[in-house]
Order: sequence, then structure tokens, then C-alpha cells
Amino acid sequence: MAELLKVENLKTQFNTEGGVVKAVDGISYHIDEQEIIGLVGESGCGKSVSQLSVMQLISTPGEIVGGEVIFEGQDLLKYKAHGSEMRSIRGAKIAIIFQEPMTSLNPVLTINQQLTEMLELHLKMSKKAARERAIELLSMVGIPSAKSRIDDYPHQFSGGMRQRVMIAMALSCSPKIIIADEPTTAVDVTTQAQLLELMKDMVERFKTSLVIVTHNLGVVARYAQRIYIMYAGRIVEEGTTKDIFGKPRHPYTIGLLKCIPRLDEEEGRKLVPIEGLPPNLINMPPTCAFLPRCSYKVGRCFQESWPPLKHLHGQHYISCYANTEERTSEPAAR
Amino acid sequence: MTTYIIRRLIQALVVLILVTLIVFFVMRLLPGDPVLIYVAQTAEFEAMPPETLDRLRAEFGLDKHIMVQYANWVAGIFRGDFGTSIFYREDVGTLMLERFPITIHLGFLAVIIGAVFGALAGMLTAVRRGKWLDKTVTPLTYGGLTIPVFLLGILLIYAFGVKLGWLPISGYTSPLDDFWLSTRQVIMPVFCLAVFGLAANARQMRSSMLEVTRQDYIRTAWAKGLGERVVVMRHMLKNSLIPVITLMGVGVSIILGGSVLVERVFAIPGVGSLFVSSIFGQDYVVVQAITLVFAVIILMVNLIVDISYAWLDPRIRYG
Repeated sequence: MAELLKVENLKTQFNTEGGVVKAVDGISYHIDEQEIIGLVGESGCGKSVSQLSVMQLISTPGEIVGGEVIFEGQDLLKYKAHGSEMRSIRGAKIAIIFQEPMTSLNPVLTINQQLTEMLELHLKMSKKAARERAIELLSMVGIPSAKSRIDDYPHQFSGGMRQRVMIAMALSCSPKIIIADEPTTAVDVTTQAQLLELMKDMVERFKTSLVIVTHNLGVVARYAQRIYIMYAGRIVEEGTTKDIFGKPRHPYTIGLLKCIPRLDEEEGRKLVPIEGLPPNLINMPPTCAFLPRCSYKVGRCFQESWPPLKHLHGQHYISCYANTEERTSEPAAR
Repeated sequence: MTTYIIRRLIQALVVLILVTLIVFFVMRLLPGDPVLIYVAQTAEFEAMPPETLDRLRAEFGLDKHIMVQYANWVAGIFRGDFGTSIFYREDVGTLMLERFPITIHLGFLAVIIGAVFGALAGMLTAVRRGKWLDKTVTPLTYGGLTIPVFLLGILLIYAFGVKLGWLPISGYTSPLDDFWLSTRQVIMPVFCLAVFGLAANARQMRSSMLEVTRQDYIRTAWAKGLGERVVVMRHMLKNSLIPVITLMGVGVSIILGGSVLVERVFAIPGVGSLFVSSIFGQDYVVVQAITLVFAVIILMVNLIVDISYAWLDPRIRYG
């Protein structure tokens, strides 16, 4: 499939009183048409910030300081953040579903008001047509008796229902890409599964690409075709889902997989957490940020700066100097 | 909603009874005698025999037991009779009907100006935070909060009335008689009354807008591709108004209090100046009546404020 969005060397930083926080430090990724990719990392690794940067929704003290976001042949970062070109992309071509369904809907506007305003704006629908379409969308995402519930306010909906409304909203203008920023973190596990299935069905139906941003490898395993692993503002490993789960090569990815249980493993394996904490993004050392927590480190790691992405095979890349191959046959990765 | 309003009205009634008690007895605790104060300005004061004074006291019912006086006053209110002013020798109801329209004219303008322009200023300074508009207006609001009304009045009179001669320095004309003159006369007093509300509303609006700006649903609104005007007017405004509306309720009582001073400074024959002269004249019934009407106004405004919450925020429902 053709490439739809290409992010090159994106850098976003926050100029705080304590210093410059390099939240996103030169990440590059791409997504093809109708592809589902996963962007995985711990809290604070810059995964959400990178997605907000693509939409130019970073507000002060945050600042996009470099890189390109190529979408339909245009660099989105060349547009003014609240200019008309960028606005005609947001919601219409690239839509985003946020993490907190409880707070991401405006409490004083009805669902109808919040759903139809995009249809009226981007698709130039009349009020009446937009309302019809909104009802359609709501029933599509599984809201029972959508017709009578459309004039309700968000507080009359449960968390899962609100996230369905957010999904309907994201789909409403048939965007090319939907970014789901931790879409299921704030809802309970059964609802999580339902929402993920729903999202998968919907992006197939609407022929949309989907970026799933999550800290939960389990979430992306089932849905994503390719996965990017982020650590401290950089992508440390990328590959197909099969590569990442079958032959993880970056010590961080290996660590992540060691701490989630698997159904197909031998009994009695212990879950091993990654020791230590993610680094403070202010005053980062020039060396690899994972170094203090790494159990594979070699001499070169201490001398040279952060390793560039190295091609392994196919679509599999890692950013690591150590030779992790022979040890990945440990039970952790099976 | 109806049950809620009824409950609030009953509560208001209790407050009003307390107000009547307090104002009635506090006035009578003050040293001095209204009859003496009244006759002191008449020429034949020196020669006035004590019997005449007693007759005057009896005429106003001041010779009766204090509890009887209170009961008579309250009973009168229910008949629509607020009593007779000792000083003006006039029915208090008629007296207030003459004076209240003037105060309401000024006060209403002040409330509207304070609310509309205050909220507008707060909104603009929040949206353009850190820009020149914010840097000019926000420091001015400190001044607006702190300057005493009478001082502001005097300064305005000096500048615009005496030095520049643009505006008449005092007096009041009904807008029905001479609209142009009336408007010129009320500009300064209305500004004095409005200045606190302007400043307070601007500050509250600014901070609540800034608070709302950080909310997730505002990020959602931006992510929809909406323009700034829609994001501010549709998504931020209603959410930011709730604390400001609360303040507007308080603002009405501040304007009523301020009218006492402002009407003095600008020689406006409103209820505020009547209030002041009645206190000095120990004109019990007038003071009692005005206090009662002020209390009713403030209670009603607060009820309206509480009801408007439900209109602003659908999560608030009164049962």
C-alpha cells in the first residue's frame, strides 16, 4: 500500500523553568494506507507528544523545533498552527481520539452539538443532514437508541460510551488517519476489548489508517501490523508485529516482553520488571538513554552517542550497539 | 426545579424576618431621638414645650412599647404600608417610589456594564495572554478593585468636570425628560459604580478562561479543526462563565452599597442619598424600609444566579 504519512526526524521540546525537556528527539516513522501501526512506550516517553506534534496541537511551553511531517505531499509543519490549511487537515484528514473519555468531551454541549460541528465545518453539511449523519455514526459505534440519546450531555454517558462517541467523532469526516492516543487506558478491561474491536472494524469499513498509541504491548499485538517502540523521546526498535514479538532485539523491547505474561509459555516463568526508572528528559547524557537500565551493555555504549537505527532485515530496525541476538532465545522471548 | 425555587423562597423569607429584626432593633439602639433631630431644625425649637414633643412621638407611635412598634411595622408592611417618614413627613412608600427608579437606573447600567465589559475584557486578556492588551488591562484591574469609590468619584469630577469641562459634575435628570443631558450626567456615577464589577469580573473571567483553556475538551475542539473564534465562543465561554456569574451576584450587593456613596458624591437624589440622610436623621422607618428592599433585591439576584447555573451547566440540576 502507498505511504500516507511520513514523519522525518521530528523534534518537540518543552522549554520549562527547570530546563529544556526534549520530549520527542528526532523520531521518524511512516504509515501506509489502511495500515494499523502501534506506538509503544512508557509514560513520558514522548509518544503522545509526537502525535500532538503531527496535529500541531502543542501549546506553550511546548515547541516543535525540527523535522518534517509529510502528508499528501505537503509538510504539515510548514503550516501555521492555527491557520486555515492546518485546520482543514485536523478532524477532516487526520483525526485523533484522546485518552480521557471523561474529560475530552465538552460538558456543556450536547453530543449532537459536538458531533455535528465537524460535519458542518468540513463537509459543509446542513444542520439537518449533519444530525442525521451523527445519529447514523452513533448507531454505527454501538450506541443503543442513538436517536433519543443524541441530545444528551456527556455526563449522561458512561466512560465506554463516551469513548464510542469520541470514535464516532473521529470517524465522522472519513479521515485518512485516525490517531488513537491511549484510547482504552481509562476504561475497564472488558470495555477495552470492545472498543479495540470496534476501532478495528471501523477503520476497515472506512478504509482509514490507524495509529494506536499505548503503553500496553498487549493492546497492539492483536491489531497492529507494525510496531514502533519508543524510549526517552526516540524510537529504539521498529518492525512488524511478528518481528517485535517473535524476535525482539532491543534490550528495552526484550525487557518489556519479559514483564508481560504469555499464554504459550512454559509454566513457572517469572515476570521480570525492568530495573530502574526512565531518565529525566532534562540534561540527557549524550549516550544511550537506556544504558543505566540495560543488561546487555557493552563498552562501546559508554563511549559513543545514542546509536542510530540499524537495519536488521525486512522492516526490522533497532537502535543498539550490543549484540542481543544470541541471548534473545531466553525464555522471555521464548 | 419548582420545588427548589419554592424551598429557596421560604429560606429567603426566614432571612428577611431576621433582617427586619436586626435593622429594627439596631436602629433603636443608636443614641438620639428622631423627634428631637426633626424639631431641632424648626425655628420654634427653643420654645417648644415638652408636651408638643410627646405629641409628636405619639403621632409616630414612638411612645409605645418597642415590641408593639415592631409588630405594628411588620403588620404595616403586609398591608403595603411602610410607615411615615419622621423627617420628610411623607409616606415612605411614596418616598421610595420617587427615589428608587433613579438608583435602579444607575445600578442597572452599572451591573450591565460591569458584567458585559468585564467578562469581555477577561476573555480577551485570557485569549491574548501575555500580549500588550493583557499587559495593559490586567494591571488596571488591580486599580479597579482597590480604589475607593468616593475617591474615584472626586478624581473624575476634577478631571472631566472641572478641568476638561466635558461632563456635568452633579445632579440627575430623568432620561425621559432629557435623554442627552441625563446620559451625560450618569456617565461618571455609573462608571464609579461599575468599576469594581468591571475589575472583578475581568479578573475572574481571565483566570477561569485560562483554566478552561487547559481542559482536555478544548484540545478536542482544536483537534476538530475549529477556528479560534468557535473554540472560544462555543467551547470556552459557557464553561468559564460559572464562577463569573457567582461574582455578578455579589456585584449587585456591592453596587447597592456603592450607590450610597456615589449618590452622595454626585448629588444624585436616589435611594442611596435618602438612606444616608435618614440614618443621620434617625428616620427609623425610612432606614428600615430601604434595608428591607435592598435585602429583597439581593436575595432575588442570588436566586437568579443559582438558577442560571443550571442553565450554564447541564450537570447541575436542582431537585
